[in-house]
Amino acid sequence: MAAMIEVEALSKWYGRTLALDRATFGVEKGQIVGFLGPNGAGKSTTLRILTGYLPATSGRASVAGHDVLLESLAVRSHVGYMPENVPLYGEMRVQEYLRFRAGLKDVPSARRRAAVERVIERCWLKDVRRRLIGQLSKGFRQRVGLAEALVADPPVLILDEPTIGLDPAQIQETRRLIRSLGGQHTVLLSSHILPEVERTCSHLVIIAAGRIAAAGSVEDLRTGLAQRHRIILEVRSTSAADGPAEMARALGQAAGVASVQREDAGDGWTRLIIFPAAGSDPREALFGVVAQRGWPLREMRWQVPTLEELYVEITAGEAAATAAKGAA
Amino acid sequence: MGKILLLTRREVVSYFVSPIAYVAMALYLVISGLIFGLFDFHSGAPAAMRSIFDVMMIILMFVVPIVAMRTLSEERRSGTLETLLTAPVTDVQVVAAKFLGTWLFYLAMLAPTLVYVVLLGAFGRPDYGPIASGYLGLVLLGALYVAVGVFASSLTSNQVIAAVVGFVILIMLALLGPWISTILPSDWHGIPWRGIVQQASAKSHYTDFSQGVVDATHVVYFLALALYALFLTVKVLESRRWR
Repeated sequence: MAAMIEVEALSKWYGRTLALDRATFGVEKGQIVGFLGPNGAGKSTTLRILTGYLPATSGRASVAGHDVLLESLAVRSHVGYMPENVPLYGEMRVQEYLRFRAGLKDVPSARRRAAVERVIERCWLKDVRRRLIGQLSKGFRQRVGLAEALVADPPVLILDEPTIGLDPAQIQETRRLIRSLGGQHTVLLSSHILPEVERTCSHLVIIAAGRIAAAGSVEDLRTGLAQRHRIILEVRSTSAADGPAEMARALGQAAGVASVQREDAGDGWTRLIIFPAAGSDPREALFGVVAQRGWPLREMRWQVPTLEELYVEITAGEAAATAAKGAA
Repeated sequence: MGKILLLTRREVVSYFVSPIAYVAMALYLVISGLIFGLFDFHSGAPAAMRSIFDVMMIILMFVVPIVAMRTLSEERRSGTLETLLTAPVTDVQVVAAKFLGTWLFYLAMLAPTLVYVVLLGAFGRPDYGPIASGYLGLVLLGALYVAVGVFASSLTSNQVIAAVVGFVILIMLALLGPWISTILPSDWHGIPWRGIVQQASAKSHYTDFSQGVVDATHVVYFLALALYALFLTVKVLESRRWR
């Protein structure tokens, strides 16, 4: 499979602010990739560089095999781009606008009508085709933006927050539309909401504070997370000698345990969070220790962190880093 | 070329649906009509349009920046500049279309004043030569004014600021000759400052047209300066790449 979007060590400075820090990732043909990150993480900056609106400070990027800086026009004719907040000409009518954009994007005049017809059909714009764009609701404007991105049938689609500001039914429709584009089109869409991209995309690129924090298929990311599972135990001590510290020590020595954290669960119960060594399952050993000491056990739970937790962890880590930077 | 036409068409159409363009057009026609009625069109006056042509240079200094102010600043404000510049079009095509669209609107604004010629012809025997050259002067003057207006519009996302910047540049260009040059030395260290500034002024190149003189120097002056303003506009658009 050919890489449709390649980004290599891309950095962008706005004056003295570093918006993008040596970002590297790739998108292969036919993939639908979610570009996920909190607000201000550098998503829009990256997308603007990819579409040739802004140049990078350093590093290189290519779309459909063309360098975004050196062959900007070739890149732009291969990309359908929907910027954040979907800027449109309010004084034009939907159909008129789509015809105009089709012309700008080199759709031959003989095929323009058919191309516009196709996207009007596909983006459910039939009822509003003769309305002024300025009078449309947010949801319809979003659809016009999407139709505009699709009108020249480009191999690559770059959508900045395509579902922001839509109501739940419209979000569903848009998601279904984007999913149906996979295969023939390569789609890179940005969002700051994980469940949003998790349901639409096969691959994720997570960005935080201008750095790529994680990238890969949703499956791979989940498998990676499964390696970071932990076991939660809730145990009560029966004698004064077996305090929480002694519990942590004893369980820490069980086979296959890498480390142990403990916290008070109230009423004399202690919650122990066991991090297993890579590839091992110490549940039986842990049970052995507890049974041997005769500690009452009220819970033993196997926990795999969710993508949501990973995402929160990444963004929280970034928030902590910015706070530290501010304090320094 | 096809893309310039497409963009120009959109530009012209958007003028004819924008209220501000009609307001500016009405303002222009009312003022120039009054001037024509008061100074050129009464019994005993020569059947010529010299005073109206001279006054139009001043009226248009205010009207054209108002017409041109929205061209790029509105795109910048609403964000459509991003969709426009990420389409497969070059910055030069975009600026050329902005200029052509506004200039065509300007010509449409000028067209109703041809009624004055008809009126003069009906009541007197005008000399059509100076009238034709006067209109040529207006067409060229308009190219310069529109180019400056588009340039001013590229600098900011605020239309009012764009219009004011446009006035200021045009007033400077007009005042350069008659007023500023008088305070300059005619010769200082071998350089004829006064002559240079007089040559740079729009007024000294414009007035010959209304007197029936078509001098290639004047034609070149307006076209070169208009092209220069458009060149600067392209550079301003490109500046997003290094700012």
